[in-house]
Formats: sequence, structure tokens, C-alpha cells
Amino acid sequence: MEHSFFHIENFSCGYPGFKLSGINLSLEKGSFSGIIGPNGSGKTTLFRGITGSISTMEGKIFLKGKDLQLFSLKERARNMAIVTQFTDTDQISVEDYVLMGRMPYHHRFQFFESKKDIEKAHKYMQLTDVFKHKDKLMTELSGGEQQRAAIARALTQEPELLLLDEPTSHLDITHQVRILDLLHRLNQEMGLTVLMVIHDLNLASEYCDQLVLFDEGHLFTQGTPEEVLTFDTIEKVYKTPVITRTNPYSNKPVIFLVSEKMMKDSHN
Amino acid sequence: MLGLLVMLSLLMAAVALGLSVGELNVSPGSVVRMLLFGGHEGSMEYLLISRIRLPRVVLGVAVGGALSLAGVILQGIYRNPLVEPFTLGISGGASLGVAVTIVMGLHLSLGSFMLPLSGFIGAFVIIFLVYTISSRRGAINIQNMLLTGVMISFIASSAMMFLMATTSSDNLHGIVFWIMGSLDEPNTGLIKLTLIVSLAVLVISYLFVQPLNALRLGEEKALHLGFNTNVVIRVLFILASLLAGICVSVSGVIGFVGLIIPHVLRLLFGSDYRFLLAGSFLLGGIFLVLSDVVARTIISPNELPIGVITGIIGGLVFLLLMSQKRKGK
Repeated sequence: MEHSFFHIENFSCGYPGFKLSGINLSLEKGSFSGIIGPNGSGKTTLFRGITGSISTMEGKIFLKGKDLQLFSLKERARNMAIVTQFTDTDQISVEDYVLMGRMPYHHRFQFFESKKDIEKAHKYMQLTDVFKHKDKLMTELSGGEQQRAAIARALTQEPELLLLDEPTSHLDITHQVRILDLLHRLNQEMGLTVLMVIHDLNLASEYCDQLVLFDEGHLFTQGTPEEVLTFDTIEKVYKTPVITRTNPYSNKPVIFLVSEKMMKDSHN
Repeated sequence: MLGLLVMLSLLMAAVALGLSVGELNVSPGSVVRMLLFGGHEGSMEYLLISRIRLPRVVLGVAVGGALSLAGVILQGIYRNPLVEPFTLGISGGASLGVAVTIVMGLHLSLGSFMLPLSGFIGAFVIIFLVYTISSRRGAINIQNMLLTGVMISFIASSAMMFLMATTSSDNLHGIVFWIMGSLDEPNTGLIKLTLIVSLAVLVISYLFVQPLNALRLGEEKALHLGFNTNVVIRVLFILASLLAGICVSVSGVIGFVGLIIPHVLRLLFGSDYRFLLAGSFLLGGIFLVLSDVVARTIISPNELPIGVITGIIGGLVFLLLMSQKRKGK
């Protein structure tokens, strides 16, 4: 069978007490996909399984047609970068932090970055608009700036696949849109394949070409936002009544919540 | 880089000072001349410096360097700035080993080498216990390890208290003296071994300097950057234990060095391990050689335990630096 760019086949992984199983997922090169699902449905677990933080129980993952297990750790890091959910960092300057993205390219005895490494780090810091903060400590940046620096670090790895775990959580709407616009631009201009976990269904609908919906450790459904974000599916998985409409501007589906208060009022 | 060169020259200066100061002062000039060109083999000064002071100063450099290096490595893998070589029960184990030897009189029947040997064995029994208890299914849980170490350390020190409470006062004196730590080591072979091992570990640690830096972002992110964190942490843990085990068996328990030296360097120069590893070694050496000078001159002709000096001076310098830093911001 011809494999697509990134392919997950009958994949299971997990911890004692929680298991993610039977995941089948394919990403085309240059696609922009989102993983959605309620809290505890296994989205972050899938990421940890992909990156090898927890061991695979069953199934295989292929990147560019090659079994991910056969990649060396450094080779993996040159092909795939991850922006994790929590950025807890040491006392480290933004520039040094971003430069760490070059580590997968260093030899064992190479202690210092080359000129090329520094140029690349600067380039991606400019692209993500954190260059002006390069001498500040990571801890001195705001949440949105930290997130952008984390993306700059991931880009400095020059990966083909970028994984992001809730890149917009705890950001206000301005910063949410800025981060997602940036990711969209990287996707369009550099052909970067993006797979991100995202909680906000409306943002997911707006930005992603493909959505994957998780529910209780299983893949519930996948497809375009129009296919996935239907009234029935959302109610089944999230157990919350919603109304779906279409965004008049982008023609993408939009979800409206129906609160208990509203329901009471309408029954009276 | 400049910082390292400055520290290297400071270390040279500290060594020269350590050789020249004592009950009988020799001018630094003639010390340097003696080091470079040799001296009159029979002269009093030559004997004093080559036989008595040089081994002591060399041991100071080796132990100070090794303890700080072990401290900085452990703080790196635990991502906890309060860990030091002795937090993990290494000193407790070594002290217990020595206490057992003294109480059973083994150092009298088998020879004085039993003291460092039993210290080393004690330290490694503890390390082995901590390591196996916190390993599960091939992976080590680093936070578990820290707690296990602290607990085992308590058990070891209680066992030692028991021995001290029940033994004769002669033995008690021997144990207390050993625990307080000293750079007075008659066996030059042991001193050479300590120096060689600590320098070798310093060189080896640089093979792991990149993963150590990556670990600053956490274990998971270091993995994402392409480092096998499981292997890196194990190897570094064993290296640090080896350093601490040797130090404690040769010179007893000299506290605070492994905690304070890396801290001071972090405050002054940041947390880049490419600098910190060598920097800690050098500054640790400087600090211990100078502390020893103070320890043996301040109440001359008697001598204070060096742990007293490292604790007081180290703690004060650290507090001072921290308040300066706060004012600066």
C-alpha cells in the first residue's frame, strides 16, 4: 500500500488506567489538521505516543514511508518538531532557547553553534516576531510571546511535520488568531505539514482542512470541518447541546453553545 | 571562555597561596620557583612543600572540583537547584560504612586503607539501593529517586547515630573526626587517584553537555530534541555518584561545596552547562583550597574542620550574592 506523508496504522498506546487504541490516521504533505475532542479523550496521549515519550503497544507510525521506530532520535527531531502544552522553562534567554532547536544537527563533539545555526535561529525568530526579545529571559515573556518562541524553536529544527499541543490555550483572542495566522502562513509558504490539538471548535473549523475527533481513547470520526462538526456528532461526543451554523464570511461551520439558562427560558 | 581562563589563573594563584601559607610561611615567589625549577631536595622548605602542603593542595583541587562537578551534574539531571552530592544519601552511606569499620576495629586489624574503602563501599551500596528502588520497567523515575535518596539517607544516619550512641568514646571520637572532613590524607596514591578520576569525569561529562543543556527544558523536550534522556540520566548519575563516593571516602564529608559553587556560577553567568561544568570544577577547586588555608591558619597551630569553613564562608557569600542580585533587579 502506498503510504501518505504521515501515516498512523492501527496504533495503540497508553498508561495504566488509560489506553488509546485502534487509531488510523493519514496526513498528506502540506496539510493543516486539527485534533479535537473532550478533555481526557486521548489527544495529548496520541502526541506522546508519536514522540516516543510513552511506548507503543500496537501498530505502526510511518513518516515519509519509513517506520518511525527506524529513525534515530536525532533523525526524528530533524523531521518532526513538537510544541508542547506547557512551557516551563529554566532561566534561559530567548535566543539560547531558540538555538536549542539546532541540537539535532550537531555532532556529539560539537559544543558550539555554527554561524549557520545562529542565522537560522535569527531567521525563525524574525518570522515569529520574537527577535526583538532575543536577550530577554523566557520567563520574562508573556504567554503569547513564549508560545511564539516555542514555535520559533520548533521551526529552527527545520522539520517537515510540526505537531502542536494546544498552541492557543490560555491566550486571548488576539493572540490566538496571531498564532494560528502564523501557523497558516508557515503551512502555505513553507509547505509545513501541521497537526495540532485544539480545544476551540470554531478556531479548529476556521483554520484546519481536516479534523480528527477523539472520544474516550478512540478515534470517533475524521473529515473536513463540515463533515465532523455536525449537531449529532458534537452532541454525542461532547454531550452538550449546540447549534451549528455557517460563518457568513468563511462559509465554515460555527458552533454555538446552548446554556441551561437559555433552555429553561425557552421551555417556559 | 574568558571566565574560564580567569578562573584557571585564580586557581593557580590559590594553589600558590595554599603552598606558601601555613605555620611556616614561604614566600609565593620561592614557591613558584620551586614548582617550576625544583629546589634543594634536602632543604626544610622543599620537604615541607612537597611532602606536606602539595598533596593537601592537590587533594583540595581534586575534591573541590569533583564535589562541585557532581553537584552541577545532579542539579542538571534532577532539574532541581537544591540537590547536592550528599542529598542522595551518598554521605550517609559512606559515613555508615566508616562508622561500622571503626566500631568493629577493622581499620586497626586490616590497615588504615579500610577507612576510605569502607566509605566507598558504603556510598555505593546506597547508590545501588536508590537506583534500583527507583527504577521500574527499564525507566527511572527521577523524582522518586530524589525522595528515595533522602529517605535512605535518614535511615543511614539514624543507624550511624545508633552506632555512635553504643560504642566506646575512643571510637566515637574517630567517627566524629572522620565525619567532619579533612584534606589531611597521608596516602599519596589515593590523592593521585582522586585527581585522575575527577579530571577524567570532567572530560567525559562534556560528551553529555548538549543533552544536559536540553534537559533544562525538561525530560520530554530533551527527548523531542533527539536525546535519549533515559541513557543520559543514568550515565550522568553514575558519574556523579562515582565522584561523590571517591571524595567522601578520601576526605570525609565536606558539605555545601557541591551545592553552593554551581549556584554562585548560575547567579553570575547563567545556566549554560558548556560553561558550568568546567567552571564548577575550577571554582570548586579554588574554594576548597582557600577554605583549607583558612581552616589551618585561623586557630594555628590547631586546625579547624574544613566543613566548618566551607559552610560558613560558602553560606555567607551565597546570601550576599543573592541580595545583590535582588537589588540589581
